[in-house]
Amino acid sequence: MGVLLFELSLTFYFAATIVSIVELFRGSKATSRLILIFAVVGFVFHTASIIARYVIAGHLPITSLHEASSFFAWCIVLIFFFLEYRYKLDLLGPFTMPLVFILMLSSSVFPREIKELSPVLRSYWLGIHTSLAFLGNAAFAMAFGISIMYLVQEHHLKTKHLGGLFQRLPSLQILDEVNYKLIILGFPLLTLAIITGALWAESAWGSYWRWDPKEVWSLITWFIYVLVLHARLTAGWRGRKAAVLSIVGFLSVLFTFFGVNLLLKGLHAFV
Amino acid sequence: MKIIVIGLNHKTADVDVREKLAFNGEKLEQGLLRIRQLPGIDEAIVLSTCNRVEIYSNVKDPEKAFDAIKTFLSDFHDLDSAALEKSLYFLQDRDAVKHVFRVGSSLDSMVVGEPQILGQLKDAFEFALEKKTTGILLNRLMKKTISVAKRVRTDTKIAENAVSISFAAVELARKIFTDLSEKSFMLLGAGEMAELAAKHMMSFGVKGVTVANRTFERGCELAKEFNGRAIKFEDFLKELAHSDIVICSTGAPAYLLHKEEMQRVMKERRQRPVFIIDISVPRNIDPGINDLDNVYLYDVDDLQGVVETNVMERKKEAGKAEDIVAEEIASFEKWISSLDSVPTVVALRNKAEDIKREELERLMNKFPELGEKERKAIEYMANAITNKLIHPPTVALREDVEDKDALIAAVRKLYALNGNDEKQ
Repeated sequence: MGVLLFELSLTFYFAATIVSIVELFRGSKATSRLILIFAVVGFVFHTASIIARYVIAGHLPITSLHEASSFFAWCIVLIFFFLEYRYKLDLLGPFTMPLVFILMLSSSVFPREIKELSPVLRSYWLGIHTSLAFLGNAAFAMAFGISIMYLVQEHHLKTKHLGGLFQRLPSLQILDEVNYKLIILGFPLLTLAIITGALWAESAWGSYWRWDPKEVWSLITWFIYVLVLHARLTAGWRGRKAAVLSIVGFLSVLFTFFGVNLLLKGLHAFV
Repeated sequence: MKIIVIGLNHKTADVDVREKLAFNGEKLEQGLLRIRQLPGIDEAIVLSTCNRVEIYSNVKDPEKAFDAIKTFLSDFHDLDSAALEKSLYFLQDRDAVKHVFRVGSSLDSMVVGEPQILGQLKDAFEFALEKKTTGILLNRLMKKTISVAKRVRTDTKIAENAVSISFAAVELARKIFTDLSEKSFMLLGAGEMAELAAKHMMSFGVKGVTVANRTFERGCELAKEFNGRAIKFEDFLKELAHSDIVICSTGAPAYLLHKEEMQRVMKERRQRPVFIIDISVPRNIDPGINDLDNVYLYDVDDLQGVVETNVMERKKEAGKAEDIVAEEIASFEKWISSLDSVPTVVALRNKAEDIKREELERLMNKFPELGEKERKAIEYMANAITNKLIHPPTVALREDVEDKDALIAAVRKLYALNGNDEKQ
C-alpha cells in the first residue's frame, strides 16, 4: 500500500517535471496550471504514503535515506505551494519540480525496508528535531531555486539579451525579496534543529556536541546562512551576491544530507 | 451587394500624397456623405489616419464603383487622377474583407501590432453610424473586424513586447522593480526623449520625479509638469543615492558619471538596485558602471537592440495572427452567403413545414378516435394557415427592393432561421 502510494507520487512528480521542461521552452497558462495540478495530485499520494509508513513504523518515517529523501521532497513541495499561493511567481514550478523529482528518485533507489529503531533514538526528539531540520532545508531549497531564477534574469538584464525566459521570469526585486524571506524562514528552523539535536544528543548519548561529521557540516551550513544574513544587513549584499551565497548554502545543505551519510561515517550514519 | 476597399497606405504612397488625400475635420463628413450618394453605392465608411486613407463600401457593381470613387477622390482633393491611381489599391469580396480584418488587427500597420489603429477604425465606424452611411453589411463587417482584432490580441503575443524606445525602457524597469509606484525617479537633462520616457514611466505609476537640468528654469518647468521638484544640476550625484530610475539626456560632450563615483553612490544606497537609461549622444555615463552589481545601464543602442528583438518577435506572432484572420474570413463569408434570398425562402418554408407536421402529429396522437374525414379537414386547415402566413414574406423576399440585405436579415431574425452559427 505504502509502496504503491510512493510510486504514484513519484509518477506525478515526474509528470510535473516533464511539463516543467515544456514550460521552459514554450510556456502557456495551460502548462503552468498542469504543473500545479500534477504537483498537487503527487503531493496527496505522497502525504498518504508518509502516513502509511508512519502507521507501520510507529514513528515519523525519517530514519533511512529512503524515508529522509522522501520527507525532504515533501517539505519542499509544501513550501512550493505556499509560495504559489502567496506570490504566484511565473516559472517557479520549472525551478522546483525537477529538484523534487530528483529527491524522490534518489529516495526510490535507497533500500526501502523499515529498520528497527535503536532504543537510544526512541524519543519525541526524533519528530521535532528532524521536522525542524527538513523544513529549514526545504526553505533553503526553494531559496536555491529562486536564486537560480534570479541569476538567469540578472544575466538577461546585464548582457541585454532579452530573449529566452526574460519575458516570463519575475522581476529581480521580487526574486531577491523572496530569496531573503525564505532564508529568514529557514535560518531559525535550522538553528532550532541544531539546538534540539544537541539536547537530544545529551539525553541519548550524554553529551551535547561530539563533532561528528553531520554536526560539523550542519554548523558550516549554519555559518554560511549567518554570512548571507549578516552581509545583507550590514554591507547590503543583495541581488546577485545574495543569490550566489544562497546557492552555496544549499550545496552545503545537500552535502550535509547526502555527502555526510554516504561518504563520511558518524553517529548520524543511520540517516 | 459587394464589399470593396479603395485606399492607400504608407506602403503605396509617400507622406505628401497621403497628406493630400487625408479627410481631416469637416472634409470627413462632406467626403463621407458624398461618397455615399455616388450611384451604385449603398454603404460607406471613410478611415483616415496619418498612415492610411481607406474607403470601405457596399456596392452593386465593383468596377463602376471603383471608377466613381476614384474620380470623386481626385475631384474632391484636387489631385491628378493618373498620379492617384498609382498609389491606390482596389480590393473586392474576400480580398476586401481580408484587408479590413488585417488593418483592424494591426497586421497592415507600419509598426505591426501597434494598438492605435483599432481605435481609429472604431472612430471611423462610429462616425459613419452617426451619419447613417452604413447598413447591415458594413455594420457587420466592422463588428466582426473588432472581434477579430480582439481575438488576435488575446491569442497571439503580437502586441506584447515594446517596440518603441520609451516603452522598452518601461518594460525593462518592470523586470528590475516589482512595483514602479514606490520608486523614485530622476531626469538628468530635459530633452524631448527624456520627457517622453518620463511620461511613460509616470503612466505606470512612478512617483516622486526629480529634475536636474543645466538651466534651472527649464528644469523647474518640467518638474511642474510632472508634479515633481527641480534641483541644481551640480547636485545630481547626491540625489542619485535616492533615485531608483534615472533617465539621462544632456548635451554634455563627456561622461558626467564615472565608475568610481557610482561605486560610492551604490555604497550609500546600500546596494539597492538602480536602473539608468542614458539616451544622450554622445553618451554621458561611463558604460563601465553596468559591471557594478545592482546597476543596470542601458544606452540608446541597447534600447534600440531591445526594440529590434521585439519587432522580430512580433513578426513571428504575425504568422499566427494571419491564421486567425483566415479562419474568421471563412465564418464571415458563411454569413454573407446566408444573406442571399433563395436559401432564406427555403429555410422559411422548411421551418413552417416542420412546425405544421409536429403540431399535426401531436394532435392526431391525442385524438386517435378521429375519423379519416376529420383528419383530412384538419390537415387541410393547417396547410392553409401556414401557406397564408409565409406567403407575404416569401413574396417580399423575391422582390428586388432597395435594402434587400436588411430585409433578409430581418426575416432570418424574426423567424429564427439562423441556427447556431449565427448568434450575435
